[in-house]
Amino acid sequence: MFGRLTLEAIPYHEPIIMGAVGGATLGVLALLALLAYFGKLPYLWKEWLTSVDHKRIGVMYIILALVMLLRGFSDALMMRAQQVVALAPSEGFLPPSHYDQVFTAHGIIMLIFVAMPFMFGLLNIVVPLQIGARDMAFPFLNSVSLWLTTTGAALVMVSLGVGEFSKAGWTGYPPLTGLAYSPGVGVDYWIWSLQISGIGTLLTAVNFIVTILRMRAPGMTLMRMPIFTWTALSTNVLVLFAFPVLTVTVTLLSLDRYLGMHFFTNDLGGNMMMYLNLFWIWGHPEVYILALPALGVLSEVVATFSGKRLFGYTSMVYATVAITVLSFSVWLHHFFTMGAGPNVNAAFGIATMIIALPTGAKVFNWLFTLYRGRVRLTAPIFWTIGFIITFCIGGMTGVLLSVPAADFVLHNSLFLVAHFHNMVIPTLFGYLAGFAYWFPKAFGFKLDERLGKCAFGCWFVGFYLAFLPLYALGFMGMTRRLGHYDNPAWQPYLAVAAIGAVVILAGVAFQLAQLFFGIINRNKNLDLSGDPWNGRTLEWSTSSPPPIYNFAVLPVVQDIDAFTDMKQRGLAYRRPEKYDSIHMPKNSAVGVLIGGLSFVFGFAMVWYIWWLALLSLVGVVVTLIRRSFDQDTDYTIAAEEVERIENQRFAQLAAAGVKS
Amino acid sequence: MSAQHHAGAHESGGANKLFGFWIYLMSDCILFAAIFATYAVLSHNYAGGPGGKELFHLPYVLGETLLLLTSSLTYGFAMLALHRGNQQQVLAWLAVTFLLGLGFFGMEINEFGQLIAEGNGPARSGFLSAFFTLVGTHGAHIVVGLLWMAVMMVQLALGGLTTVTRTRLLCLSLFWHFLDVIWIGVFTIVFLMGVM
Repeated sequence: MFGRLTLEAIPYHEPIIMGAVGGATLGVLALLALLAYFGKLPYLWKEWLTSVDHKRIGVMYIILALVMLLRGFSDALMMRAQQVVALAPSEGFLPPSHYDQVFTAHGIIMLIFVAMPFMFGLLNIVVPLQIGARDMAFPFLNSVSLWLTTTGAALVMVSLGVGEFSKAGWTGYPPLTGLAYSPGVGVDYWIWSLQISGIGTLLTAVNFIVTILRMRAPGMTLMRMPIFTWTALSTNVLVLFAFPVLTVTVTLLSLDRYLGMHFFTNDLGGNMMMYLNLFWIWGHPEVYILALPALGVLSEVVATFSGKRLFGYTSMVYATVAITVLSFSVWLHHFFTMGAGPNVNAAFGIATMIIALPTGAKVFNWLFTLYRGRVRLTAPIFWTIGFIITFCIGGMTGVLLSVPAADFVLHNSLFLVAHFHNMVIPTLFGYLAGFAYWFPKAFGFKLDERLGKCAFGCWFVGFYLAFLPLYALGFMGMTRRLGHYDNPAWQPYLAVAAIGAVVILAGVAFQLAQLFFGIINRNKNLDLSGDPWNGRTLEWSTSSPPPIYNFAVLPVVQDIDAFTDMKQRGLAYRRPEKYDSIHMPKNSAVGVLIGGLSFVFGFAMVWYIWWLALLSLVGVVVTLIRRSFDQDTDYTIAAEEVERIENQRFAQLAAAGVKS
Repeated sequence: MSAQHHAGAHESGGANKLFGFWIYLMSDCILFAAIFATYAVLSHNYAGGPGGKELFHLPYVLGETLLLLTSSLTYGFAMLALHRGNQQQVLAWLAVTFLLGLGFFGMEINEFGQLIAEGNGPARSGFLSAFFTLVGTHGAHIVVGLLWMAVMMVQLALGGLTTVTRTRLLCLSLFWHFLDVIWIGVFTIVFLMGVM
């Protein structure tokens, strides 16, 4: 009846896990109780969870990312603490089976359930506004994507309290992830959380590509598109080409595990190095999927706060596209030690080095934009400068690793761990720059600058404290994923790294404080003009937060910096002669329903509850078919209503002292 | 393009949907590419078991292939009827296409069943794992296409030829022809090259 699910699956004998489960459950219950007390549950359901509005979906993606950041970061703190104390004869406070789950969960959570939703959150909020569109091409599909991603995250969270998570590292290499060596449910949780969220990501990519290519405002040619939108396009092209390979890879692994096939097994004709190839054909582009939008944010922030046009717009576009193409030509550098031979390794090594060129071009473009600009030292600029410095160092250690001979020494050492954190954490800096930059647009008020800068300071200093020792440890021969060790020379370095993690914790705390006090004091920091930073692109031309339809009249674009151009020509706040009615999509609960059914499906597959898996899968299909019969999916906002909303906007503008 | 903009995104949904479906098909193409590559790597890993020469009966596969190719042709007739606005003919040709597709799928299931009954199931060797997965993924797509076609026939019967059903039939047409193209790859690489 319940497959292999029994009460034994709940790890009640592990105080650390039960504490975390209890805390998380209590937190959710307290939040729900609070919402119910204030009578906000219907509002939450009608206006947010079922929303198909790209701005709200974007906000929900970012909330998901921040919640999962807390989980992924507590995993990081546990690992740092464990490694400080786990010098032989001590074995630390985490038993190996738990420690292995912690590093696996940390990796998958930070990449798939923090970085990806954060990135898609920013894209959702900003891209339609930047191109002067009223919504995404497929708003309902957008909601489905959000809930599929959330389902994946929920499966990871549930694995904490019901069963276990994978112990095989976030990359899930076979044969360790095969049934023979990982008979438990951990790898299955890993499989289904990746698989279900991956489908959501793929659908989002289709949505963004169509939106960007077909729904730009009149006059916005490709070479007038803001750089952030360019990076959004490139990232989604990468998703479109890379994620199907992940789907295939994970499916083949599941076929090995569920149906006894032999793709990646040791025996009967399996080939496990094929897994590594397939995985990294997705995995390496994935790195650029995450990085490109961060580079896009920087380009917007640098231009806005330097008060001048981005230096080298055209070269920025070509650099973005070059990175997009090249990112598919380097996957083998993740396993030079496979032994493909010197020629193959050299080719991939050189391809890897070449990627540094367009990336370098971008760095110079930002520096030349800052040069002789009237730079306003706001929090987003702090994050940007932190990004440039850190990303350059990480890039250089990457070029070092791209030399196969050096890689043979450093493969799977802490040097590698330090290197990729040195790339991914500045990427997060980029997102946080975007968070601070676009927050007023999404919510209509600014956040506290001072707390934002404190958060940056702690993240920046904490990052170097936490990861520079790891480079040294890599040279000293310490490999990654060690639960305990017997070399006393490593301990001081690990202690410094742990201090670094605590400093980053302070950064996270400042961030939460910034959000908390920002909301408390929002009336003091209202953004009435919709243009708090003297912005250059179209998202700043509408109110903050924008009306549901974004633009009452679609803007006409004549320049790369479309809004700056409008302001200069005095067209920015002109009242139109008349308003037309606007057609918009209705909210729908179907996205939540599909997410919920997918969750049941994933859970049932993990525990071998076949009837429930089949039932929920049929449920998804039936739900989709029923939706296809629903013709009442749109509604019209009358011209008078548009006029009323726009009159409020002009009253706000007058209050802010903007001439219209 | 600007005309669509003024009409708003949701009224121009048809063209966007068709374009979006093309984009989706490209990703499906990559999906099959990855499985084809896997098959190429494992195609000689027999693990002491039988290979394509012993297992495949080309005349049978040719029969399957002809069913599927003909179904693409009949779907084409359905589209011609669609452009003439003749709903009855569209329905009739869709029904013929559906039956041909079902025939293809039935033959495939039969072939799979025989292989498994003879002890040559997907767990037998790396080669057979790859064979079942590649052909099976195509088959799963066919099932989705058949289900979609059935739903479209119901929607046509109930609501007639509207902009919405037209767009959906166009997308399904792309999907169905796409599966044909994939099958030609399967026929060549798996079956023809397998018995060579």
